[in-house]
Amino acid sequence: MKKLLMGNHTVSWGAMLARAQVIAAYPITPQTQIVEELATLCAEGKAKAQFIKVESEHSALASCIGASAAGARAFTATSSQGLALMHELLHWAAGARLPIVMANVNRAMAPGWNIWTEQTDSLAQRDTGWIQFYCENNQEILDSIIQAYKISETVSLPSMIVLDAFFLSHTTEPVEIPPQELVDKFLPPYKPQYKLDPKEPHAFGGLSSTEYYYELRYKIQKAMERAKEVIEETDEKFNQIFERKYGLIEEIETSDAEVILVTSSTITSTARFVTEQLRKTGKKIGLLKVRVFRPFPSSEIRDALSNCEKVAVIDRNISFGSGGIFASEIKSAIQKMGKQPVIFPFIAGLGGRDITVPQIEEMINYTFENAKPKEEILWRGLKYENI
Amino acid sequence: MKEKKIKFNKIGDLPYLTVSLGTTRVNLTGQWRSFRPVIDYQKCTRCMICWKFCPDVSVIKEPNSKKAAPSEKIAHLPAPVINYDFCKGCGICAEECPVKCIEMKPEKK
Amino acid sequence: MIEIRIHGRGGQGSVVASKIFAEALFLEGKYVQAFPEFGTERRGAPVQAFVRCGETPILVRSNIYEPDHVIVLDASLIEMVNVVSGLKRSGFILINSDLGSGNYNFPEYRVALVDATKIAVRHKLGTPTTPIVNTVILGAFAKITNLVSFTSLEKAVRDYAPVKIDENVAAAKETYENVKI
Repeated sequence: MKKLLMGNHTVSWGAMLARAQVIAAYPITPQTQIVEELATLCAEGKAKAQFIKVESEHSALASCIGASAAGARAFTATSSQGLALMHELLHWAAGARLPIVMANVNRAMAPGWNIWTEQTDSLAQRDTGWIQFYCENNQEILDSIIQAYKISETVSLPSMIVLDAFFLSHTTEPVEIPPQELVDKFLPPYKPQYKLDPKEPHAFGGLSSTEYYYELRYKIQKAMERAKEVIEETDEKFNQIFERKYGLIEEIETSDAEVILVTSSTITSTARFVTEQLRKTGKKIGLLKVRVFRPFPSSEIRDALSNCEKVAVIDRNISFGSGGIFASEIKSAIQKMGKQPVIFPFIAGLGGRDITVPQIEEMINYTFENAKPKEEILWRGLKYENI
Repeated sequence: MKEKKIKFNKIGDLPYLTVSLGTTRVNLTGQWRSFRPVIDYQKCTRCMICWKFCPDVSVIKEPNSKKAAPSEKIAHLPAPVINYDFCKGCGICAEECPVKCIEMKPEKK
Repeated sequence: MIEIRIHGRGGQGSVVASKIFAEALFLEGKYVQAFPEFGTERRGAPVQAFVRCGETPILVRSNIYEPDHVIVLDASLIEMVNVVSGLKRSGFILINSDLGSGNYNFPEYRVALVDATKIAVRHKLGTPTTPIVNTVILGAFAKITNLVSFTSLEKAVRDYAPVKIDENVAAAKETYENVKI
């Protein structure tokens, strides 16, 4: 059944269809409609979940950790400052190997107060052990939440579904809502190996001395590596039932491309239009969408970039003192290649500044016309001249 | 106070941190208001609860006030006065007033 | 692909208007994208809402700069906002107004006027001081642009109107039949 849904409401419907059992979330612009819709769905009896009212995002994730440890499917949603407030517990949820799924609406970090989209908030948490999916449209949000529970419950690591503030969260578009029976067929109930249970008592998360901690961390990295295969297998199974697939990355006309543009989030959507138009003029441009950022699909990206000379990366984020984060990880990934393409690291759209069709065209043309980038960071869309 | 429009030509013109430039006194945020609180000084006991609760510092204490007072006993107390330049009409003063002498009246356009 | 911009004041239903129109287009099999101008909203402040529609999935997700049509829910906005910014010459600007076309200086554009306020008040939509004009003006918009049939618009209004569904539909029908260009 196709329905017009706003991005935030799509998140709610995804959590409902995935049969989330415990929801604990604290409101923050631009995420509030996620929680409002979930509260409505719970009140209407459509979503069979326990809703825990909490007084902060830290408590929201703490509640999810408790619920998940007790064997319930837990869900939360937040953005920017809220995600930052959860920081120590993001480490905890992954370290405790709990398959919590969270929706994070990408929003710029304060000060100044900025409610518009930027990827830095979720990328700043890239070391915590959460699987991260960057969504391009509302359909992908719905499908990724359903997939994420299956993936997380298989590898025992939490997942973050990331969506752009406003460009997805508040944008209404058609979404195919699968019937509950089909989702149930794809996603069976959560059966943890260990859980809080008075009938079978265990102590969780205790002291781990230098004797044991290292191996436990090794196992988390191994789980992340295994997650790559699990994501692809899950995607395949999802495709068989729902006839939609996404993968770790998506390549559009990359095989004969001289320049490949690498994008994520909604920038990919606009970039599809731009590259399609430029191809009509004969430019050999390809597009690479990075959907999964953690685990970082290094080998898949190396394969995708193996035939081109230059790679333009658009980062709607920044790691201060370094540069765009996708560009940085791509540069690391291509180290293993015999012949490495030249990376053109663009930064654009911070604080929700629009990234337009002409701007993406300019970035592609710049990359074609220059042998290598003229600056360490190619800033685009700044309103004023440099200092 | 006359306001001057600040124009930036280069990134160097912007301050290095998030700060309002010049004075905020000329930005009369009371213009946002849809309802305005009106105090009936005949009933007002000058308890100052409205002053205490105003989240905006838009209730001022007026000492030696000439406002009407219900009795001689309290006429010497400072009276609460709404600063309509900045009052945003949230209505908390009206809600908290123990004698309900504050009425929220619609702003006329 | 058609791009539409709606100008209104916070609380007048500009965003709901964009969703109703998107729904009507969706019911006719079009691909749609509807979104508000994202800002800190409060009653009375100027707001914008947008709709994109097309025969193929909408890929572009930036803001709309050159709309094909513009709808103005509140004529008092014209003094403070450039409502025709980027508007394509071939498109319409539909204004909720009780004044004649001589009062509006848009020589390069096709101007359509409808007294949505009066019609909304007559159908008792909202209150006499704050009438709900969004469904009313969409009736007129559907007629002049011929982007959707009234049947689809009616269904969309029925889906979105929280109260007075029939009155909303009747009002929209009246503008649909009576709009003047």
